[in-house]
Amino acid sequence: MAHKKYDEVTGTETTGHEWDGIEELNKPLPKWWLWTFYATIIWAIGYWLLMPAWPLVASYTKGWLGYSQRERVTGQVDQAKAAQAVFRQRIATSELETISTDPELLRFALAGGEAAFGDNCAPCHGRGAQGFPGYPNLRDDSWLWGGSLEAIHKTIAHGVRSTDPNTHGGQMPAFGGLLTSPQLSDVTDYVLSLSGTKADAEAVARGGKIFADNCAACHGADGRGNQQMGAANLGDELWLYGGDRAVVMQTIRNGRGGMMPAWQGRLDPETIKQLAIYVHSLGGGE
Amino acid sequence: MLMTPEPQTAAPLYAERVKIYPKRAKGTFRTLKWAVMAVTLGIYYVMPWLRWDRGAYLPDQAVLIDFPSRRFFFFFIEIWPQEFYYVTGLLVLAALALFLVTSLAGRVWCGYTCPQTVWTDLMIAVERFWQGDRNARLRLDKHPRSFETIWRKSATHLSWLAIAIATGGAFVFYFADAPTLAGQLLSLDAPLVAYVFVALFTATTYVLGGLAREQVCIYMCPWPRIQGAMFDRDSLLITYREWRGEPRGPHKHGESWTGRGDCIDCHQCVAVCPTGIDIRNGPQLECIQCALCIDACNEIMDKVERPRGLIAYDTLRNLEAAGKDEVSIRVWRPRTILYAAAIAVVGAIMLAALVSRPILEMNVLHDRNPLYVRLSDGGIRNGYTVKLLNKQYEPHAFRVSIAGLPAGTLSVIGLEHQPTPVVTVPPDAVYAMRLYVSLDKAGAAALPEEAVEFAVVVTDVATGAVTEHSATFQGPER
Repeated sequence: MAHKKYDEVTGTETTGHEWDGIEELNKPLPKWWLWTFYATIIWAIGYWLLMPAWPLVASYTKGWLGYSQRERVTGQVDQAKAAQAVFRQRIATSELETISTDPELLRFALAGGEAAFGDNCAPCHGRGAQGFPGYPNLRDDSWLWGGSLEAIHKTIAHGVRSTDPNTHGGQMPAFGGLLTSPQLSDVTDYVLSLSGTKADAEAVARGGKIFADNCAACHGADGRGNQQMGAANLGDELWLYGGDRAVVMQTIRNGRGGMMPAWQGRLDPETIKQLAIYVHSLGGGE
Repeated sequence: MLMTPEPQTAAPLYAERVKIYPKRAKGTFRTLKWAVMAVTLGIYYVMPWLRWDRGAYLPDQAVLIDFPSRRFFFFFIEIWPQEFYYVTGLLVLAALALFLVTSLAGRVWCGYTCPQTVWTDLMIAVERFWQGDRNARLRLDKHPRSFETIWRKSATHLSWLAIAIATGGAFVFYFADAPTLAGQLLSLDAPLVAYVFVALFTATTYVLGGLAREQVCIYMCPWPRIQGAMFDRDSLLITYREWRGEPRGPHKHGESWTGRGDCIDCHQCVAVCPTGIDIRNGPQLECIQCALCIDACNEIMDKVERPRGLIAYDTLRNLEAAGKDEVSIRVWRPRTILYAAAIAVVGAIMLAALVSRPILEMNVLHDRNPLYVRLSDGGIRNGYTVKLLNKQYEPHAFRVSIAGLPAGTLSVIGLEHQPTPVVTVPPDAVYAMRLYVSLDKAGAAALPEEAVEFAVVVTDVATGAVTEHSATFQGPER
């Protein structure tokens, strides 16, 4: 800046910079601000040394302080678990009935149960426990293996047709080889009639006899099912695999045997209790 | 800031700070500023110690920002996190009030009530107490290594630090029970975050109020840049009445005043200025409009027996009229009317919202997945999460029922055995419950539409007060 330049209007010196005829007035910035700027640069260098900062090819600079957000989260999760310990202890030592009537424990169990359900049960039963064909809806009031707190707890702990020695067992055999096609058709009509679906009266009469001989042992003479054996109630309006004539006939012809894993051993006992409370609370609990 | 052009070398792009030695002013505006300082600092330091009885369950501190339980208490007002719009409204009001005041009388906020101004004023008063007024301070700085300079400056900085610590200390009391926290702070039991914030506010008060002072207003604050849009020709600004003062020059006692202006060029207006500017150069970015130059000039005008008001609150319109015809002050102008109306509207909305703030709020969330459940008897059931927000300071029991769905039956999880479920909600808390509404097969078949509106009703058992919330009962697709 050999020559000093002045703005004509204000008489203020300019920096000599010009953009399209517009010149910048020289209004000097205070030096302390410049020093503040340098201080931020020094701060940044210090930060790079102390804290995780620069990405490397497979890793990153860890920083001398060894700070890690991941470790911090892990620590916080541990803290939260420690805070829950007192409740988990009470859940572990309490009867299911006690938990469900103690408002404080009930809340804790429902919250924990909901989380555990989302992690473990939702893939088959759905996020809202609404079920899918073959995977029971846990919100309705129809239960294959019982809807009391104890019964639900037992089903979760030991599973259905699982490898657990105490699992719910047995399965519906395939009647395709035992009955002739007309017989299958007749018994299908009879099963449909149990829940009020209109069917050919003669076929129903013939089917009733076949039912008494082949099905009543498990499903009961009135078709109301048997929760000891996991035999479905054929008299209600709910169908696990579907209530169309074709689907019902397919069920009788080929049999059914859906399985559910045993969660004992995979989940801790408190979580299984929480799950039982949660599932029981979904609306259908007996 | 002021440039002194030197003919040979170009001015540098960075300038040393020019130290300012504000002289003590005496007069109306100085008195007013002392009063404002006493009131604002008084409010700041005393507020956290005021008590306000809210019963046994809630804190009794009048003003408390309670982060752990996410509440803001302000005397009789209590704000929950989802009611933050009250604070938004308050900020809108504050901004509008700032606009209105600025368009009426310039930077009143900057000159009198801005914390930066108030604390700087306090720090300067302390400095004056230890080191004397302007001339004494100038003299001390001429002998920076003398014993007197060192002890007087040390005393000043120690006093500043004490004020700064008190400021930081007062700040943290707004976030916790003040007496408890004060005891903890003294016995070194307080949470780390309290000490961090005391230290932070001590540092900022000491640096910004004691050391940086006018540098904050001139270089850090955005308001001086914005203010230009707030003034107009009718705004009352601190004004040097050029038409009266010029031509300026020294005046000896007994000389005639004819043919010259009233300004005797005594520089008292410059000496008292806390930002070190000369108001006679007209409106400037640096001027915080503290009015101390008015006091200084009036004192001189009294001495030279000329009328007061050579520097005064005046409008640009009057300045242009140059005293030839006195123009009255136009308070009501489109801009001030607009600001005033906006303040009235926002204030009225805020007041209405506050007065009608329910003491019990209810939210009913319909289950989304599944929307409905088919039951074994052919009936339909819907699930809801009901949240009750009890904003009262006592626990209250509420009876839960439904209306508008005659065939519907209700059950609350955990209270299945109660024919009319009653829930007790703790004071100042949210209570969530699971609620199921069922229709039997006939009821479901009789639904007039796929989805039917009804109401969840809670009745305060003690008072009988009824609160309703609409909900939807969803049946199968048709």
